[in-house]
Amino acid sequence: MLRRILKRLALGAGVVLVVITVTFFLINLAPGDPARLWVAPGAGAEELEAARRALGLDRPLATRYGSWLWNFVRGDWGVSLAQQRAVTQIIADALPYTLLLSVSSLLVTYIVGITIGVVQAIKHRSPLDTGLTVTTLLVYGMPAYWLAIMLVLVFAYGAARYNWPAWLQLPAMGAAALDSEFYTGWGRVVDRMRHLALPLVTLGAIGAAGTARYVRGAVLDVRGHEFVRTARAKGIAPLAVELRHVLRNALMPVVTLLGLSLPALFSGTVFVEVIFAWPGMGRVMVDAVGARDYPVVMATTAIFAVLVVIGNLLADLLYAWVDPRLRQTP
Amino acid sequence: MSTARALLRDGRTVTGLAILALFGALALLAPWVAPTDPVALHDVLATRFLSPFTVGADGVRHWLGTDAFGRDVFSRLVYGARISLAVGLLSVAVSIGVGAAVGVTSAMAGGVIERALMAVTDAALAMPRIVLLLALVTLWQPSLLLVVLVLGFTGWMSVARLTRAEVKGLMGRPFVEAARAGGSGRLRLMWRHVLPNALTPLIVAAALGVGNAIMLEAGLSFLGLGVPAPAPSWGNMIASGRDALVNAPWVAAFPGLAVALAVVASNLVGDGARDALDPRTRRAPR
Repeated sequence: MLRRILKRLALGAGVVLVVITVTFFLINLAPGDPARLWVAPGAGAEELEAARRALGLDRPLATRYGSWLWNFVRGDWGVSLAQQRAVTQIIADALPYTLLLSVSSLLVTYIVGITIGVVQAIKHRSPLDTGLTVTTLLVYGMPAYWLAIMLVLVFAYGAARYNWPAWLQLPAMGAAALDSEFYTGWGRVVDRMRHLALPLVTLGAIGAAGTARYVRGAVLDVRGHEFVRTARAKGIAPLAVELRHVLRNALMPVVTLLGLSLPALFSGTVFVEVIFAWPGMGRVMVDAVGARDYPVVMATTAIFAVLVVIGNLLADLLYAWVDPRLRQTP
Repeated sequence: MSTARALLRDGRTVTGLAILALFGALALLAPWVAPTDPVALHDVLATRFLSPFTVGADGVRHWLGTDAFGRDVFSRLVYGARISLAVGLLSVAVSIGVGAAVGVTSAMAGGVIERALMAVTDAALAMPRIVLLLALVTLWQPSLLLVVLVLGFTGWMSVARLTRAEVKGLMGRPFVEAARAGGSGRLRLMWRHVLPNALTPLIVAAALGVGNAIMLEAGLSFLGLGVPAPAPSWGNMIASGRDALVNAPWVAAFPGLAVALAVVASNLVGDGARDALDPRTRRAPR
């Protein structure tokens, strides 16, 4: 088991290396001169040359890559061109918000998604099943940024205009109220939760719809197997058959889905963070890309890659834990 | 049973294809279908934010209302379909081409080459697509071609994996053995015998990929990185509607519904195709 983990870790590190290397070269081969950001508009060729030297852009690409990689591995991620702050500081500020949003939406995705999928499979071909099939398909097809805007329309603007109860009037911007510093204890928690609500519902609804579609299929698939018929024939209680024989086998592939869905989740996070002004990594990245802030773009890309790799590793371990057959193989 | 007939027996495939065909027809016939010019401006103050179904001063009925510049939302939606569908289809063509090439090569070569190609595939899969898209589209001059290429070259990985698995499975089958014994060269063997039998995952991946590409293209345009402003695209229509959410929710709502409908359609086709073409589930439709 330990060997397996170590092997996966080494592979994961390789993947991260490939991702950041590709990003480095794509960014550096792109047209446009980052030195222009450093000099005043209309600066002469001399100043531009000086800025290029200061940024190390006059050296050959391979040398730049080598020293950049060395610094990067040591944790020296440079200074943001646009914010003039250490990149590590920017990341440290933003990462917790992205983790909060993505982990909580993963929970919603799987708890709600599995529940809906199982209900659909049990009520197979009933009006409820059909209704949920249509609903999940439609929600799954919605772009995250559009669903986010529609939720803002309903729960921020609509709720205020039609005087809905206060708890249904949800904030559409930021991760905390402007005056949240003055809140105490419980009030601060409630404020945080209210700000999390709409971004979470956006990502959670789309994720849950996809999961439900998958779980429904998986459960129906397992139910057709002979061992389920055998279990029923032996006289095991229907509920026990559903839980112990069907569900356990049907949910195994769902664990793999977890690893595969992470890149999509982070893509969704990028849009949702931009719309709700959520101070996380996605927003930092979009801002950095817009400002040609190369060190920050590189760092955010690397962090997203690391998150995906860690997520995949966890999914792998989880899978080995759920499926006893995999535990023995090295 | 022929492939086409197997496909068309599934209600989902037919529904999905019908929706896509409708969008396709609207896109192709845009100049005749659209009641007004999608970009021209007239008396902006008099024509802006007309709600759906109202008749404008020029006697044109605005089925889906007008936007902040008095442009007919339906007309823009129809013209936007051109960009969405073109990007969707072209980028998927690129993905399928690259993915099939990588998949077939690694399955046939085996050994070090196979492992290296699969490692690259896994690395590419670990990258959130939007991150790469964002970086590329802003750092290079945004253009339709770039969006197609970037979407194409970031969407091939699942195709490569599926193709490899399918080809490896087929390589051990008797008919491939027979063709090889009959003196077929590697290329001929692959082109004439193996690939035609490995089409199922490609068709499914293509169907699902179109929806995904449409959604991502709209996303890029939404962030202002796709199609430049006056030209209509579903994404930039949603973005512009965001500023007028309170006064004119229809400006953002309809293009979003169009994206969702296109994605749903492509998923229906993909699901239907998978069940229809997979021999294991062919006889048990649900």
